[in-house]
Amino acid sequence: MSRTLYQFHGGVHPEEHKQVSTQLPIAVAPIPAQLIVPTRQHIGHPAKPCVCIGEYVRKGQIIAQADGYISVAIHAPSSGTVTHIGTHPMPHPSGLVDNAIVIATDGKDEWCERQPIDYRNLNASALRNRLRDMGIAGLGGAVFPSFIKLNPGVPQKVQTLLLNGGECEPWITCDDMTMRERAAGIMAGVAIMRFMLRAETVIVGIEDNKPEAIIAMQQAAAQCQFPVEIVVIPTLYPSGGAKQMIKVITGKEVPSGGRSTDVGVATFNVGTAYAIHRAIDHGEPLISRVVTVAGNIQQARNFEVLIGTPMNELVQLGQGHPAKVSGYVMGGPMMGIDLQRIDVPVVKATNCILVKSQTLFPPAPLEMPCIRCTRCADACPADLQPQELYWFARAKNFDKAQKYNLFDCIECGCCSYVCPSHIPLVQYYRYAKSEIAFNLAEHKAADHARERHETRLARIEREKKERAEKLAQKAAAKPATDTSSDDPATTAKKAAIQAAIERAKANQATTQPPTEPS
Amino acid sequence: MTSSPYISQQTSVSIIMLKVVLALIPAIIAYVWYFGPAILLSLTLATVTALVLETTALKLRGLPVKPYLMDGSALVTAWLLALSIPSIAPWWLIVVGLFFAIIVAKHLYGGLGNNLFNPAMVGYAILIISFPVPMTHWAAPTVLAGQQLGLTDAIQYIFNGTLSTTLDAISTATPLDTLRTQLHLNRSVGEITHMPIFGTFGGQGSEIVALFILLGGIYMWLARIITWHIPVAFLGGLGIISGIFYMLDATHYASPWFHLATGGAMLGAFFIATDPVTGATTPTGKLIFGAGIGILTYLIRIIGAYPDGVAFAVLLMNIAVPLIDSYTQPAVYGHKDKQP
Repeated sequence: MSRTLYQFHGGVHPEEHKQVSTQLPIAVAPIPAQLIVPTRQHIGHPAKPCVCIGEYVRKGQIIAQADGYISVAIHAPSSGTVTHIGTHPMPHPSGLVDNAIVIATDGKDEWCERQPIDYRNLNASALRNRLRDMGIAGLGGAVFPSFIKLNPGVPQKVQTLLLNGGECEPWITCDDMTMRERAAGIMAGVAIMRFMLRAETVIVGIEDNKPEAIIAMQQAAAQCQFPVEIVVIPTLYPSGGAKQMIKVITGKEVPSGGRSTDVGVATFNVGTAYAIHRAIDHGEPLISRVVTVAGNIQQARNFEVLIGTPMNELVQLGQGHPAKVSGYVMGGPMMGIDLQRIDVPVVKATNCILVKSQTLFPPAPLEMPCIRCTRCADACPADLQPQELYWFARAKNFDKAQKYNLFDCIECGCCSYVCPSHIPLVQYYRYAKSEIAFNLAEHKAADHARERHETRLARIEREKKERAEKLAQKAAAKPATDTSSDDPATTAKKAAIQAAIERAKANQATTQPPTEPS
Repeated sequence: MTSSPYISQQTSVSIIMLKVVLALIPAIIAYVWYFGPAILLSLTLATVTALVLETTALKLRGLPVKPYLMDGSALVTAWLLALSIPSIAPWWLIVVGLFFAIIVAKHLYGGLGNNLFNPAMVGYAILIISFPVPMTHWAAPTVLAGQQLGLTDAIQYIFNGTLSTTLDAISTATPLDTLRTQLHLNRSVGEITHMPIFGTFGGQGSEIVALFILLGGIYMWLARIITWHIPVAFLGGLGIISGIFYMLDATHYASPWFHLATGGAMLGAFFIATDPVTGATTPTGKLIFGAGIGILTYLIRIIGAYPDGVAFAVLLMNIAVPLIDSYTQPAVYGHKDKQP
């Protein structure tokens, strides 16, 4: 069956480096001595810890509950004792610290009671709650709580369930390996998602550089009770981006600022589908994921890793480094984040750990002036004019940058990748976006302060007026009372006050201490 | 602290400029074949001058000389200007032209990437306005020249102004110039183009050089140095407007292929108007920019005071670039109204 494919604008073909980590099957990484489980691993509100220090926890037990609507639960990845609840360095470009629950593992890996359920016996709402409590968030990188997306909308907005097996970033192969080895599990997850969304069509988009995964998924699709279309799309970075994949497969564009459901598509990563299958059919919450470890290491491969495993322990499984290590990246070379330190934990968003060396990732050459060659515009998958945005960001002309749709930039890095002047364009856009966000917040704060000030002034004015009215009323109430100075009682009173003041003055003069104490 | 992406394509401004220079070489060989070796001398002189000027400007501006000199932009400017003026012009002409091109038009405007006007065309415009006489003495095609101007003779003439023969024997006006003067003498295009300096389409010899420039341009397009928009729009604009006039009155207006093959049309379309710094950047903008240059070139050729109009057309359209760009912004993903 062939389907008309569309093209998104631009895109690049970076060297793939994928085969190095697909030679060996997914290995289960050993349980580390200590698991550092952050409470904020998803987009939205961090989960609220519900265990205390010293408490024994079993594998799969909830240790932090979903807090607020956009939030999911966090579970103990293995059995052990909670030793610390507090801040710990996180995989974040600025080396930020955040709350985490630290578990000293006992090596028993003892499960809590698991409750597999038949999804057909539950309604979509109950399934959504279940997925929230199972900690399911998108494993493609955005870690958005999946249960929120598994809502068909009223009226039904979603017609197509699109499973994203694009995985277009170089080096990363975790989705590729998941599809090769766990295709049936993915399809079982798809069945649940299809049921929840009441989706008419199910499509799996896979880049044509993953032939083994394509075959495995086609075989699994053939076993399904419902039609699943495996669509092979041309390899072109960033076709694994949800917006780009939707464009390639449906020809539709997600409106700016909108969601994919606006064009009737719900998009999920293949790994997420597998996690949903484990959560519903096996009662296993999201406590581990597949992580590619590649780059400057002897043996690149994929590992099934417990969430909270310190990354340095994972990197050690790669059996040493052929060249000097020059850094670590979480994610791929196009969009990943540079890690300040490597003792940070694997989180739900960790799809890859890339070990850098000077030879594999040479430092960028000297930045030269922009010659407006528009190679960036030719490469931009959002149809932006990066060279214009660059000038606006440099000139701090943020209004103009916004007018040229800066916020439609997905920071895929294509522009920087092709720039012959080696300008770190994406960095300029990140800078401009954060400045705009900061200015907006400041503007809001200033507005708020001004409103408060104005309200206060109005209140003072009102109170003054009320007092004056009251006084006027009082005065009007006793018009007969004459307060002229001729009144003998008043005169006597005044004289007494005057005398008292004089006395006080005289008193003060005599008791005045000398300037220099003797 | 670095930030993504951590990889980049193996490309640089130097490589791009080098490929531009490379694309000119076949045309230069043809030039030597048809007009003698003087062009090699003027290219060398231009190269040395440009590098000295660029180095001086970079030092004065406190910029690192090596990486900026290596960007190759000065070299490209030098070669384009040398190819735009007579190869047998006195030595100081190219020096003055390059001074205005590199120092005034480029560095005084903020250096590479910040100049509003095409540097080579600024140099050319200054020269044609200030020194019109030496700018009209072009080397005659070898087949027509009474005497062969060898390399030694060329050095003698370019640096000392001394010539063992008469200037008329080795130089000639360009076909465009000839057409212009002869039309003023009330001769028809048909009669004029039978003169010996005219070839099959354009000028004797120069039409072949133009053909090689076209091939060089196609190479640049294939090598993705340029996009097709500006050259196609330029040549299309020039071809269509000259075609209209030609169809209306073939005795007073030369054919479109004549206009395409003569003067700076080919060099302008592929190598000059495609300068990214001073040209339009959006796809639609590039079409408007290119077509504007083509049409203006033609109008200046038939109405203006100068035989060729490419330089002025380019400079005029350079002024319009910010406006063109701001009105031709393509629709961004998710902002397109029409959904397929």
